[in-house]
Amino acid sequence: MTPDERYQVQLENIFEGPMDLLVHLIKKHEVDIYDIPIALITEQYLEYLEWMKAMNIDVAGEFLVLASTLTQIKSRMLLPAHEDEDEDEDPRLEIIRPLEEYLRIKSAAEKLAKRDLLGEDTFVRYPGQEDYLLNREEAVIDVGLFELIDAFQKILENITPIGRMEINADTITVRDRIVQIVDIFETKGSVTFNELFSKNADKSEVVVTFLAILEMVRLSLIRVAQHTQTGIIRLFYL
Amino acid sequence: MEEIKNIIESLLLVAGEPLTIDHINNILTQSGKKEIRNALSELSKEYEARKGGFFLREVAGGYQIRTRPEYREWIKRLIQPKALRLSKAALETLAIIAYKQPIIRSDIEYVRGVNCGGILRMLLERRLIRILGKKEIPGRPLIYATTKQFLEVFDLKDLKDLPTPEEIITLGEASSEHMG
Repeated sequence: MTPDERYQVQLENIFEGPMDLLVHLIKKHEVDIYDIPIALITEQYLEYLEWMKAMNIDVAGEFLVLASTLTQIKSRMLLPAHEDEDEDEDPRLEIIRPLEEYLRIKSAAEKLAKRDLLGEDTFVRYPGQEDYLLNREEAVIDVGLFELIDAFQKILENITPIGRMEINADTITVRDRIVQIVDIFETKGSVTFNELFSKNADKSEVVVTFLAILEMVRLSLIRVAQHTQTGIIRLFYL
Repeated sequence: MEEIKNIIESLLLVAGEPLTIDHINNILTQSGKKEIRNALSELSKEYEARKGGFFLREVAGGYQIRTRPEYREWIKRLIQPKALRLSKAALETLAIIAYKQPIIRSDIEYVRGVNCGGILRMLLERRLIRILGKKEIPGRPLIYATTKQFLEVFDLKDLKDLPTPEEIITLGEASSEHMG
């Protein structure tokens, strides 16, 4: 193998992960995945890791995990098999099973990519506006962070300041609140911004709800839009 | 029959998303689902016989008129679609979720042997996957599944319509290096 070939291989495989490197080696040596020459493959695998290090590429921890698995299998293969333990598994199964599964997924991914993809190979009469068309005109505008903060301030102002801040033992976390809000969306589809804040909510609850909304926007779980006429902010479940 | 077909065709032309038979049935109160199904199949045959610029596709549980892939380059001169292009890693992650859903992140990562936080976020942003909830195990990890959008984008009727992965016979064929 010329150094050039090696270099190319590195670039193609390096960022894809340890399983890809293993597949690449098995393919290159045209070996049967059910009868992997473990010593050869392990040696080659480790050699690649050295190459990656030499090229100043960060060898991710995942690569090392597989390296140690391979080395372990290799040493177990060297141990003499006891005759009375004929039900002993081939140590290589530990790597064959995940390998099989990975190859199946790889093949599935390739098949998916070959389909007539919407927005790539095939189009509909009304492409989802935000997905395909660059300029669109709608009755609603997407709301930015600042509008949301404004709306949030209004809600904070409306909180009745009775009893000041109470230390509440069972305040809910942002994560739990997201789950609750998802439930609301599952039944309603869309709600107004104000609906999510109950009238008698205390400050911490309001803050948690607001943070939950922000997080959901970030995770693209919901879309926030404001009606141009009424100014009502509505949240849509995606 | 002829009229039902025309009505359905007009609905398909205007509808923004795949129309389900139930939905059409709600609109055409007079006719049964069987009639609707027949009309749809008639329409599809007509489009195939005509071999025009579009055809009828059964996607995401409904029916939708779509342009034929042969004319993709022309469409792209008309509108600029946001590039869908998914990396090999993203496609593999999506395939794992599609075939094994509902699934938690650590199980996804186990298959590829790589951290996939960034990819999951990107797939969520593109609405190809969604969060179903949290698994009731320590750490309460998020559970992922594919969306209706996924079915629409990948031209699938439903999840059962997912292509069957090839059985691994020879590795040389099972993994070609490049994909679109």
